[in-house]
Amino acid sequence: MTFSSFFRRDEWISNPVKDLLAGTVVALALIPEAIAFSIIAGVDPKVGLYASFVIAVVTAFIGGRPAMISAATGAMVLVIVKLVKDHGVEYLLAATVLTGVIQMFAGAFKLGDHMRFVSKSVITGFVNALAIVIFMAQLPEFGLNPMQYMLPMVAGGLAIIYILPRFTKAVPSPLIAILVLTGIAYFLKMPLQTVGDKGELPSSWPSFLMPDIPWNWETLWIILPYSISLAVVGLAESLMTASIVDELTDTDSNKNQECGGQGVANIITGFFGGMAGCAMIGQSVINVKSGARTRLSTLWAGIFLLILVVVLGDFVAMIPMAALVAVMIMVSIGTFSWASLKNMKTYPRTSTAVMLATVATTLYTHNLAYGVGAGVLLSGIFFASKVAKLFSVTSRMERDGEMRTYLVSGQIFFASSAAFIDSFDFREVLTKVRIDMSRAHFWDISGVGALDKVVLKFRREGTEVELIGLNEANSTLVDRLGVHNKEGAEDLLSDH
Amino acid sequence: MSKILACTDGSVYAVSIYDHTAWAAERLGASVDVLHVLDHHRETASVSDLSGNLGMDASAELMARIAEVEAARGKVQIEKAKVILSDAKKRLAEDGVNEVNVIQRHGSLVSTVEEFEDGADLVIIGKRGESADFDKGHLGNNLERVIRISKIPVLVASRAFKPVEKFLIAFDGGASARKAVDYVANSSLLMGLECHVLMVGRGDSSADQKFASAREVLAVAGFKVKGEILDGDADEVIADYVIKQEIGLLVMGAYGHSKIRRMIVGSTTSEMVRTCQVPVLMFR
Repeated sequence: MTFSSFFRRDEWISNPVKDLLAGTVVALALIPEAIAFSIIAGVDPKVGLYASFVIAVVTAFIGGRPAMISAATGAMVLVIVKLVKDHGVEYLLAATVLTGVIQMFAGAFKLGDHMRFVSKSVITGFVNALAIVIFMAQLPEFGLNPMQYMLPMVAGGLAIIYILPRFTKAVPSPLIAILVLTGIAYFLKMPLQTVGDKGELPSSWPSFLMPDIPWNWETLWIILPYSISLAVVGLAESLMTASIVDELTDTDSNKNQECGGQGVANIITGFFGGMAGCAMIGQSVINVKSGARTRLSTLWAGIFLLILVVVLGDFVAMIPMAALVAVMIMVSIGTFSWASLKNMKTYPRTSTAVMLATVATTLYTHNLAYGVGAGVLLSGIFFASKVAKLFSVTSRMERDGEMRTYLVSGQIFFASSAAFIDSFDFREVLTKVRIDMSRAHFWDISGVGALDKVVLKFRREGTEVELIGLNEANSTLVDRLGVHNKEGAEDLLSDH
Repeated sequence: MSKILACTDGSVYAVSIYDHTAWAAERLGASVDVLHVLDHHRETASVSDLSGNLGMDASAELMARIAEVEAARGKVQIEKAKVILSDAKKRLAEDGVNEVNVIQRHGSLVSTVEEFEDGADLVIIGKRGESADFDKGHLGNNLERVIRISKIPVLVASRAFKPVEKFLIAFDGGASARKAVDYVANSSLLMGLECHVLMVGRGDSSADQKFASAREVLAVAGFKVKGEILDGDADEVIADYVIKQEIGLLVMGAYGHSKIRRMIVGSTTSEMVRTCQVPVLMFR
């Protein structure tokens, strides 16, 4: 990347006023997520806030998708709860750096291109699982605060968030909700936990520090599994978000650059005392909705976030958790694909099954990486089983019952090979069988193996077999992998 | 047969663009593609709502809203564009060019020109674009970028067309200036017109040598060459010369320096296009 492509006008200053306003609005939506999920991760809010600042600023410069918002996210926090509990925050910082390294490799190896294997159903499952997880992460706060205050406060916050925009769209309603709830809790001296009760807030710009861990293999083996999960979750959410922003803004993004950018952001974050993060679907949508189109919005969101927290630290510490819970419930509602519930009736059952499998696996494992894995696997299996139906074998008798010609068409591969073999009648007594493959395609060794088996079975009955119409692709695959035309074929087959 | 790609946006420069195009088409015996690009400016936002909240199916709903606004805008633009292109055809026909092919595309001008200049021999573009009237003194947003990406010569049309009798090659010895000389010598575009060659600043002997050989090339091609080497600030000297000698067209190499350097020291190219009131033929 050259210096000048770094500062493309239309990626930085084509839309400055709206971008700065959007960045301001988004910063207000970043703070609750960073604080809320730091607490869930079991670390000081400053770990999440530093992460949000660093990640937003770094991805603003080197991310692949202008106007996308990346910061500390709930999706990533789920993965690391156990690591922090067992080993402490320093291991989290080291895992964050390693996550970044893995993501940089993913970018270098252009894994961004492979997002196409993640189907729409998996993406829907991902966002639904994410929304549910964000919502559930808010529930413990109801146990930690007296319910008679907590419930009306959260409900009131949500009411402000959703009703205020009907009167004015000039001010962010979540901000007003936070201000009002904080005022009420403070002046009525409600016994509600505040952000300040949950740990240390940042008091300065972040500074460089080495994670305080033993740099040895043992440490690596501890953090590696977490880092791999983090890298997968981070890239999955980032690339999905990038596609959403692409669609909303009708512009393209560089997915591989995004992978590398997420990597660099996480590496730097780890060294500045922040936890791993990634792109955020909800906040990115807020950003675009507020009118953001360029990198300036992301940069300003990060900077403004830290200014707010450092300068207004005393006020931020006073914010009751109830206010953050209300904002996060909003993010959860906005992230969930409500249309997917309705679509269950009309969409193919396999699509719904993939979506539900992604959600269920995530909720069971608390790891979106496993959810995506399960979804992709299941959609692959469904696809294979559908394609496996795309073949047929017909036949006709020739030469007065001496010879039969089988006409094979369609896709022969692992999922269809058994049905392929069953389509031949080996009990029929013939002198010659001709198998016409001109309309068939053999995809893998299972398919070729099935053909071998058919040929050899006929031969062992004493029937002569002629294969015709193998097109070039088939014939190379068959030649390379098949055994029926090599010497000692019968012996080889019996080994199988 | 050669081909000219004329980029129009229906601005106050449009008529002049067609006239320049007709002139060049006649001299080159070229056919004309008139390109009009509907740039929807996706780098700016059409919807902005600072309410900052997320409702149910937030992104789907936002998508529908943005699409609605942009669809309405797009329809208006398409209507406008049809008028622009029929004007183009009419004007070119009046100027005597009948082989006109109009092309209409969505996207940004720069990337579209890059796509369509394949097979063309000359790009013609206006000095300023749609925002000409309230953006005085600034070059068309797209002009510099088009010149930078274009692999073929770009003729930058001035506000009004006047038949060209004399032209000036601003020569600096650089690769793109030599390219300009070669083009002038080998193309029928300027054949038979009065040719001036000007170099500003007494460079080293190698620059002088290049200057001499450029004159030589032009003389061999049949031009009566008036050559001069003057001292001073290149922008001013060239602008003065254009006025004093009543030059009708300026020919020059463009943007020799990197974007970064230009941000610091400024660009003679942009300065020239801005200050001279004549069309400029540019080479990269």
